[in-house]
Amino acid sequence: MPAPFHTLDAVAAPIDWPNVDTDQLSPVRFIRRPRSQGYGDILFHDLRFEGSGEEKPDFVLNQPSFRPAGILVADRGFGVGSSRESAVWALVDYGIRCVIAAGFGDIFHNNAVKHGLLLIREDAAVLQAERAALREAPGTRLAVDLETQRWRGAAGALRRFEIEPGRKRRLQLGLDDIETTLQNLPEIRAFAGRYRERRPWLFT
Amino acid sequence: MDRPRTMFEKIWADHAILEDDDGQTLLFVGRHLAHDGSMHPFRFLDERGQSVMYPDQVFATPDHGTPTVSHRLEDIGDPAQRTAVTSLQANAKRHGFTLFDLDDPRQGIVHVVGPEQGLTQPGLLIVCGDSHTSTHGALGALAFGIGASEVAHVLATQTLWQKRPLTMRVCIDGALGRGVTAKDVALFAIARIGANGAAGHVIEFAGATVRDLSIEGRLTLCNMAIEAGARAGMVAPDDETFRYLKGRPHAPAGMAWDAAVAFWKTLPSDDGAAFDAEVAIDAAAIAPMVSWGTSPEESVPVTAEVPRHATGDVARSLDYMGLAPGTPMAGLAIDQVFIGSCTNARIEDLRAAAAIARRGHAVVPAIVSPGSTLVKRRAEEEGLDRIFREAGFEWRESGCSMCCGMNGDLVPAGKRCASTSNRNFPGRQGKGARTHLMSPTMAAAAALAGRIVDVRTFEPEVG
Repeated sequence: MPAPFHTLDAVAAPIDWPNVDTDQLSPVRFIRRPRSQGYGDILFHDLRFEGSGEEKPDFVLNQPSFRPAGILVADRGFGVGSSRESAVWALVDYGIRCVIAAGFGDIFHNNAVKHGLLLIREDAAVLQAERAALREAPGTRLAVDLETQRWRGAAGALRRFEIEPGRKRRLQLGLDDIETTLQNLPEIRAFAGRYRERRPWLFT
Repeated sequence: MDRPRTMFEKIWADHAILEDDDGQTLLFVGRHLAHDGSMHPFRFLDERGQSVMYPDQVFATPDHGTPTVSHRLEDIGDPAQRTAVTSLQANAKRHGFTLFDLDDPRQGIVHVVGPEQGLTQPGLLIVCGDSHTSTHGALGALAFGIGASEVAHVLATQTLWQKRPLTMRVCIDGALGRGVTAKDVALFAIARIGANGAAGHVIEFAGATVRDLSIEGRLTLCNMAIEAGARAGMVAPDDETFRYLKGRPHAPAGMAWDAAVAFWKTLPSDDGAAFDAEVAIDAAAIAPMVSWGTSPEESVPVTAEVPRHATGDVARSLDYMGLAPGTPMAGLAIDQVFIGSCTNARIEDLRAAAAIARRGHAVVPAIVSPGSTLVKRRAEEEGLDRIFREAGFEWRESGCSMCCGMNGDLVPAGKRCASTSNRNFPGRQGKGARTHLMSPTMAAAAALAGRIVDVRTFEPEVG
C-alpha cells in the first residue's frame, strides 16, 4: 500500500523534453526483476549512465543540486507509451513523489495513483518558465498541498491544480483498491451472473 | 426517444457495475488477456493470498520474451525472460486459465491471437497488461491496456475502477492512393493528432475509408491509437467483422451465432450521437509515411524531408537519429529491416511484403517474424516463407521480437532500422537504436534497396 500523500516540499528538477515515454523512464531490459529488488537505479537509465555504468555528468539528476529531487517539472506527454508500471516504480523508488507536466500518458496516469505518485497538469508556458527558474537556481524547492490543490512555484507564486476526486481520495488515504472493491463482492457476482446470461456463448 | 449514444457509451454502460461518490466507475471485465509480462501481477496476487476470480475468462500466451530463432525454452538466453515464461506456465496450471504455450500452434503475439482465436468480439470489454490492447477495438470491442496493479485487480475481482474517458471520432473519407496502407493512415493520423493528443479519449475510427479497410487493416489502425495517446481505438462492427469472426474457435456457433450477431448489430454509434472531439482526414492526401524522429508523431510522407529548422525538441530528435536538418526521407541508408509486431505481422501484411520481396534481394539484414504461429503456418502454406528466404530475408518464429527488444532481437546502437513496428522511442529496439516506422511494403522495399524508398515508384536493380 502506498504511503498517504498530503503535502510535499522537495527539490524540483527540470525535464526539458516532451514525450518522456515509459521506455526512457524504465528501459525494457530491467523490467523483469522482482518489484522487491527496487527500481530506483534504472530511472532514466540510458540517459543517466554511460555504457560503462558511469554517470553522465550532464544529465540533470546527476548534478549535485538536482540529485535529491522529489519533484520533476516536465513538458507535454510525460509517461506516454508502454503500460509498464515499472516506469512509476522507478520514479517513486528514486524518491520522486510528484511530476508536474502539460499532459500524461493515460495508463501511466492510472499506474501512478497506485503508488502515491501525484501527477499535476499545468500549462506548457508556466512549465517552461518554471523549468528556466529551476535551472537558474538549482536546488530550488517547490511545495505541493494536495488537500487545497495548490502548488508553489520557484518564484513563490501559488497555483491551483485540478485533480479528479477519486484520485485525490486514493492518494490521501493510500487506498488499496482490491480490498475496497471486494467489499462490493455481492454486486460483482450478481452482475457477473447477469452478464453470463446475456452472453452465454462466452462461457462454453 | 432515447438520446443517441456512441458505441463506446453503449459498451461502457453494459459493463458498469456501480459508480462511487467521486465519479469512478467499477467496470466488469469481459475478457482478460495475459502474456509473459504478467509475472508481476501474479506475484502481487500471491503476496496477498488471493486467487483468480474467473479463470475461464483469462487467456494467455507468451510473446514479449519468446525467442524467434526457435520456440524452445532453452533458447531464451536471458534467465529473467525465461523465468517470465516459466512463471506464466506455472500460473496457468495453478490458477486454471487457458494458455497457448510456446509449443502450441495457437501461440503468438497476444494482440494477434485474440482476434485470430475469436476471443476478441464486438461489445466486449477487454483488458490486457499491454498498451497495444487498443488493437482489439477493431472488432468493435472496448479494449485498453492497464498496468500491473490493475492487472492484479482484474485477476482478483474481474473488475476495474476507471474514470469515464471522453470520445473522439476520427472520420477518414476518400480513396487511399496506390501503395498507401492502414499503417500509413495511422501514422498520418498520429502526426495530425499528436503523440498524446487523444489522451483521455477513446477514438472511434469512422468514415468510408475505414469501412473499406479489411479487418486486418482496422487492427493495424486501432493498434496505433495508443500512439496518439488514446485510451482505446474502435471501429463499428459490420458484415466484414461478422464474416471475419464466423467459424473461429472461440466465436459463437449455431444458434448462439445468430443471437450474438443480433446483439452486435445494436452496437454501432447511433445517428446523431455526439463525440467530445472530431477529427476529419482526407484519405486521398495520405502518402506512404515514414517516421523520422523519436516519437510516432514525428512522421512525414516518404516524399518529404526531416524538419529544416532544428531547435529544441526537433534538434534533440534529429541528434538521436543522426540526421541533419532538411535530409530527404527517400534515399536515407538503413542498416537492417524488421517486419513483424502486433501492428503489422498478420497474413495480409506478410503477403504484401512478400509481393515486394520477390522482386529483388535484400542488401541489408532483414527479419520477418509472423504475428502468430498460425500466421506462420498459413504463410508457409502459401509459400511466402520461400519467397522471403529466396530474397534473403530471415524467416523467424512468432513473437514481439524486435519491436520491444526483450527477446534478444535488437538493433545495435547507432544502427538504422526500417521497422513495421509501432514505436520509434529512443532505445526501444535496443540502446541507441534508430527506428524508422513504416508499412510492411515500405519496409520490404527498404530491405531490397538498402535505403528508404517510395514503394510506389521503386524499381529494384536487376543484378
